[in-house]
Amino acid sequence: MEIQKDTWTTVIRPQSGWFDVNFAELWNYRDLIALFVRRDFVATYKQTILGPLWFLIQPLFTTVVFTVVFGNIARIPTDGLPPMLFYMAGTVAWNYFAACLNSTSNTFVANANIFGKVYFPRLTVPVSVVIVNLLTFTIQLSLFLGFFFYFSLRGTHLQPSLWILATPLLVVQMGILGLGMGLIVSSLTTKYRDLSFAVGFGTQLWMYATPIVYPMSQIPERWQWLYALNPMASIVETFRFAFLGAGSVNLQHLAISAGMTLLIFFAGIVLFSRIEKTFMDTI
Amino acid sequence: MGDTVLKVEHLGKEYRLGTISHGTLYRDLQSWSARLRGKEDPNSKISSAGGKVQNGTFTALDDVSFEVKQGDVLGIIGRNGAGKSTLLKIISRVTAPTRGEIKIRGRVASLLEVGTGFHPELTGRENIFLNGTILGMTKKEIHRKFDEIVDFAEVENFIDTPVKRYSSGMYVKLAFAVAAHLEPEILIIDEVLAVGDVKFQKKCLGKMRSIGNEGRTVLFVSHNMNAIEQLCSKAILLQNGHVALSTDRVRLAINKYLNNDLSNNESVWEHANETKNRFFNLTRMYLSNVQDEIIYDTISNNEVVFVNIEGEIKEYDNALQIGYALYNEDNQLVFWSLFNDAKEDDWPIVTPGKIRFYSLLPPRFLNEGSYKLELIAALYYREWINQPCVNSPYICFSIQGGLSDSPYWLVRRPGLLAPVLSWHTSNLD
Repeated sequence: MEIQKDTWTTVIRPQSGWFDVNFAELWNYRDLIALFVRRDFVATYKQTILGPLWFLIQPLFTTVVFTVVFGNIARIPTDGLPPMLFYMAGTVAWNYFAACLNSTSNTFVANANIFGKVYFPRLTVPVSVVIVNLLTFTIQLSLFLGFFFYFSLRGTHLQPSLWILATPLLVVQMGILGLGMGLIVSSLTTKYRDLSFAVGFGTQLWMYATPIVYPMSQIPERWQWLYALNPMASIVETFRFAFLGAGSVNLQHLAISAGMTLLIFFAGIVLFSRIEKTFMDTI
Repeated sequence: MGDTVLKVEHLGKEYRLGTISHGTLYRDLQSWSARLRGKEDPNSKISSAGGKVQNGTFTALDDVSFEVKQGDVLGIIGRNGAGKSTLLKIISRVTAPTRGEIKIRGRVASLLEVGTGFHPELTGRENIFLNGTILGMTKKEIHRKFDEIVDFAEVENFIDTPVKRYSSGMYVKLAFAVAAHLEPEILIIDEVLAVGDVKFQKKCLGKMRSIGNEGRTVLFVSHNMNAIEQLCSKAILLQNGHVALSTDRVRLAINKYLNNDLSNNESVWEHANETKNRFFNLTRMYLSNVQDEIIYDTISNNEVVFVNIEGEIKEYDNALQIGYALYNEDNQLVFWSLFNDAKEDDWPIVTPGKIRFYSLLPPRFLNEGSYKLELIAALYYREWINQPCVNSPYICFSIQGGLSDSPYWLVRRPGLLAPVLSWHTSNLD
């Protein structure tokens, strides 16, 4: 009898404990993640006229608007960099994070229909969303690199630093941070629908609390510590420093940012795993 | 006998009603602060009493235990709300149980509703892969089965067309094809056979049977007792969240289920003090025999039965129509009958006050099976009082035996009705 007990492949029990995530199972469903990525990527642009061009138009227009409004009209300094490049670096990085946050934040509500019928690890959905956004980010990054080379060829003095090697890590961190925030929000929206209204608005406010349209050097010394608490601030600043060589890298801030990211991600996973089993009863 | 592949032990599921959350953060904070100050929660629901609802929880399943062995085709039957769907949802892990445990050996795939995760913009091919992986297959497995799936679904020519251009029939066929080729150890099927044309339904039934023969286990939920009887080797009957019967004799469970409709006080509808409108208020609806006795049991096809509708009319209106709609066990409408179907001179006299309408249900007319009889009450072309399928009270009864005096006609005949019509010959020589 004892031997037979061990051969059960699945045991379904009431929810117990506060951390109950099966990462091995998630790995077994990697094919599904790949297909979700493909579906989202293809389906989003299949019936649009400009197709994948939207990936480029979006950051390009944002950059132009920022350049006109914040550069030419408000005359916010850009650490001596060409405003175009300065804003685009910030926008491209920020877009990735914001997209991850926004599109994972409605995981439960948007997929209630399919979650209600079949079981598969629910985490596959937000994880695949983060990967889809990574593809978008790559396309937008190459746009940025295009401008980067254009400006260097025209003789603008740009100094990419060795930090460029760390940018993949920064991207991963942004993904994890976006995913973590998204998981928290999506778990809470199953209970509080009004939160979904706050997300779009909140990310916008967050963007202005991050050095996207202004350099970190504009922040008075005594407020710098506050920025250290915003994990995105040092990511964007480091990202910009890596490619353009202006601004600064603050190791201490980076460490705090990494810690914050892990904390948020962990909180997100815990909340998500608590909600995923029974949310069908509440939605 | 094969190994046990599914073991359900003391399973219970409760749904909390109303008090889970108020939906907005503001309300939750309000309730929370009220509790802190020891005041009454301003958002608490006025408690609803009765039935299985207690302390704001609703018990959908209570202490359900059973075992399924490999190769069994288990039929799960029960009335709506008996807990069938909840049970399947827990087994397919869509929601978690409140108590108890389920142990499973092998992969479980459910067809709670086919076509899950189909994306209209993707082609048939892409959707096969997407749907297959959602259901738990790996890419490799799907590659191996791909041709078989396309073949089964009969969509070869459209496989690279986005499924939004498919007809609904093609869509369902493709979806079922994917699910049917899953090869899970345990397959859960919930009423999927309601879709597709007859030919395709037959194909599906055949596929299900072969799945069973291959040594796979099937859990089958349906209101179609014919399909249950044909396909299942075992049956469990759920009643109010309990297992009322678990048996190898499927016929026994079906009979108990059908008869239960009657003993469940469903053969008579009675409600004394319901006064909602002034034109007609039903107080009692039942079947009676020639001696004017209420019928509670199964009726045979050759019995003379009257349908009785008793009620109160406060205000007479000459547009008033009273009658009933009759449905068979597949919920197919058999016919409507109203007291003013005949020409005006032959209508019964309707006066205000307490009144009984009664009408003969002809013998040798309905086939064997269980039926639902639903009240129709309306003001002609003006308003519904009791609209069938919407807000009508109903009673249930079943007919068994007595089909004919002919020695050739002993079992249920095909078709909705089983009338005995008179036949004659004339010599043409």
